[in-house]
Amino acid sequence: MAKVYSRPQSLLPVPSGFCPGCLHSMAIKLVGEVVDELGQLDNTMHIIPVGCSTLNLLYWKGDNLGSAHGRAPAVATGFKRVCPDRLVFAYQGDGDLASIGLAEIIAAANRGENFTVIFANNSTYGMTGGQMAPTTLIGQKATTCKMGRDPQTTGYPMKMCELISTLDAPAFVARYALNTPKGVNEARKGIKKAFEYQLAGKGFTFVELLINCPTNWGMSPLQTLDYMDTNTIPYFKPGVYKDKEAEV
Amino acid sequence: MAKVLMKGCEAVAEAAVRAGCRFFAGYPITPQNEIPEYMSSRMPEVGGVFVQGESEVASVSMVYGASAAGVRSMTSSSGPGISLKSEGISYLSSTKLPALIVNVSRGGPGLGSIQPAQCDYYQMTKALGHGGFRLMCFAPATLQEAVDLVYNSFDYAERDRNPVLVLMDGCLGAIMEMVELPEMVEPDRKKTKAWNMSRFPDEKRPGKGLSPVYPEFVLEKENAARGQLLKSWEENDVQVEELFLEDAEYVIVAYGISARVAKEAMLKLREEGFKVGMIRPITLLPFPKKSLRNLDYNRVKGIIDVELAIPAQMHDDIALEVMERAPIYDYGRSGGMLFNDEEAYDAIKKIITGGAQ
Repeated sequence: MAKVYSRPQSLLPVPSGFCPGCLHSMAIKLVGEVVDELGQLDNTMHIIPVGCSTLNLLYWKGDNLGSAHGRAPAVATGFKRVCPDRLVFAYQGDGDLASIGLAEIIAAANRGENFTVIFANNSTYGMTGGQMAPTTLIGQKATTCKMGRDPQTTGYPMKMCELISTLDAPAFVARYALNTPKGVNEARKGIKKAFEYQLAGKGFTFVELLINCPTNWGMSPLQTLDYMDTNTIPYFKPGVYKDKEAEV
Repeated sequence: MAKVLMKGCEAVAEAAVRAGCRFFAGYPITPQNEIPEYMSSRMPEVGGVFVQGESEVASVSMVYGASAAGVRSMTSSSGPGISLKSEGISYLSSTKLPALIVNVSRGGPGLGSIQPAQCDYYQMTKALGHGGFRLMCFAPATLQEAVDLVYNSFDYAERDRNPVLVLMDGCLGAIMEMVELPEMVEPDRKKTKAWNMSRFPDEKRPGKGLSPVYPEFVLEKENAARGQLLKSWEENDVQVEELFLEDAEYVIVAYGISARVAKEAMLKLREEGFKVGMIRPITLLPFPKKSLRNLDYNRVKGIIDVELAIPAQMHDDIALEVMERAPIYDYGRSGGMLFNDEEAYDAIKKIITGGAQ
């Protein structure tokens, strides 16, 4: 019988430390599958951020370099400029990327740095225990907004794909939701496109993956998938926000 | 080699290039702007990379990424910017990545002033950032010395797998002097293998990681190893200039531009028969403890700490070695105000003749 599915070779054969039902596992698995498919494991450099996704350093089989909170795009800039042939990607959460690292992500995107950022957006600070993130939805509860996010005092969720796609330099900007098999398949294609663009030297590529956080949302994994359908996706609309190739 | 006339900031930038520096990231701040300006055109000439970062925070992180790729990497700034870089420098030290950080210092705290000052002594030698890491810190007093120290700094950084600081005040950054530039070297890439994440040609190896996060039991060992490193610096790497200590009754302790000006005052005082000597730390860390500890305190009547900082910041390090065997007097200006040799002469003479507190 032919083997049709297995763990990606790009991930180490160790148990995942992400919480049960957390889609971070899915997100890094997709990256691994794409790197497998492109035969690029030895060539990748995974820039590790700060947050739940720091755990990737335990799972990623290829080279990885830890960075300070929010600084992954700057670290990636330094590395990629010296090693232009490497497949460099940062994998950042929403607190890391859309709050403390806002300057770094926007500036790297605006310079058109030739690397990829995978943006795992779960609307919360997972690792520190569920504080309000820049991407926390209106009304969504967090440990620092116990009555739910109030836009009068905390503003509105940051739409990073929309922001970054206003810049001239980025080559590919897209958002996918991982709460359905369809979304997962589309995300895999999007990640592959981003990596292919990078390998072809087309410039900055940005893939936002909407994920969940059963632990800090205080829901069962299944409930989080429904919550994403009714709350997350209507606000953070999936789609391709910029594709330089398609524009031509 | 023939000497050339160069401006301080440009001379140290060229010295770094000649030492093999091939990556520079920085952010504008006075009085060090000539370093990134010079590097922006010089780096492409030698096949290196220049990036103007969006901030000091980002610039030092770019240096971190480039250093992990195995190239000699550098950033520069002034006090307020060094504060911002302290995050990244802590991470460089944590992951044991070599780098050169130049501080062309100005008046502080806060935005302070853009004129020269030496108010970053504590910052550079004690706690540049969180986590208790320490870096070797060189403090040149002439442009030639700045060029030579910068040129050698990468060797120390790679030997120790730790970033290195060069503290030059705004005077040194701005003056023009004749310097002899060292030869261009090609760094030995093999020596970088322990931290170099770029792939060597035909290199077959499994993936490797460099991480600023450690399991507790590993981190404790790393901390202890760094403590040993600190000790080895004190035993092997102290650089100091000692002048007239064989007969000195008063010993000036000064570094950088203060030492240079105070030296003129000292020579004038000696002409008048006052037995004045000088200890000039070239390495602020490791501090030249023995020079101060081993003075003959039966003869030495006083130590005079001369700095462009009020209150004097090196005072504490001096006091630890003098151990109350002689009074320590402070003289200096602060906030970007300077003193000239005559003012230093007057002030030091006043101390010696008992006119000062």
